[in-house]
Amino acid sequence: MEYLKAFLIGGALCVIGQLLIDLTKLTPARILVVFVVAGGILSGLGWYEPLVEFAGAGATIPLSGFGHSLVKGATEAARTDGIIGAFTGGITATAAGVAAALVFGYLVALIFKPKTKM
Amino acid sequence: MNYRNDQDPNARKQYARIISRYNPKSPILADCVKAFVVGGIICMLGQGVSQFGEEVLRLTPEHVSSFTSMVMVFLGALLTGLGIYDKIGCFAGAGSAVPITGFANSVVAPAMEFRSEGVIMGTGARIFSIAGPVLVHGLLTSIIIALIRMFI
Repeated sequence: MEYLKAFLIGGALCVIGQLLIDLTKLTPARILVVFVVAGGILSGLGWYEPLVEFAGAGATIPLSGFGHSLVKGATEAARTDGIIGAFTGGITATAAGVAAALVFGYLVALIFKPKTKM
Repeated sequence: MNYRNDQDPNARKQYARIISRYNPKSPILADCVKAFVVGGIICMLGQGVSQFGEEVLRLTPEHVSSFTSMVMVFLGALLTGLGIYDKIGCFAGAGSAVPITGFANSVVAPAMEFRSEGVIMGTGARIFSIAGPVLVHGLLTSIIIALIRMFI
């Protein structure tokens, strides 16, 4: 059941991204930015957390979930550490994903030769 | 024959029927179906990784989400290096771009591409060409929202 929910919600979020690609002039790179910012704003309004509770990875794996993690981390840290927390919380909460992207990305770029042009 | 008789509803319908045969089918629906299926499968995979971390490795909830991000990013980076992710991307569009594996792809692809400019300034700088805008705007959003919620 959790897998079905993850499939449906995750798929639906990707359809929103596809519609943005097909119907607007936004490039995929800009759509990633739109997703992160939109996920952050929805999280700030308190609407993203229920989606995470319902769909699990279906809501956290799309990049809107990255925006949600940033905002959730910043908001929670701001509650305990004040303004310093607002600045540290977002990066702290998402550090693993960002560090992994940079480290694995760098290593893969060193090991493999490009096969197709982006 | 009066070609200007465009007031005749029958003629219009007939024309619409004839012309619809020669129009290409809208690709948007097909694009969306592909994006839905591939994006959904990637999220299901993420759910599996997450449950593995939770039930087998017995990680704390915070570590489960970190673990899931790391594994998915690793898979996205590796498949990009092998040239497989870009092939999935041609088929799935946003279905492979929107999940966090697509974020990994957007980090690796330019880093590989610009290795010819050197490892330090080529790979080291271009690695942020898409991740940079994402991180800057995401971080900005999170700090603004956290500050607003502190004072409201």
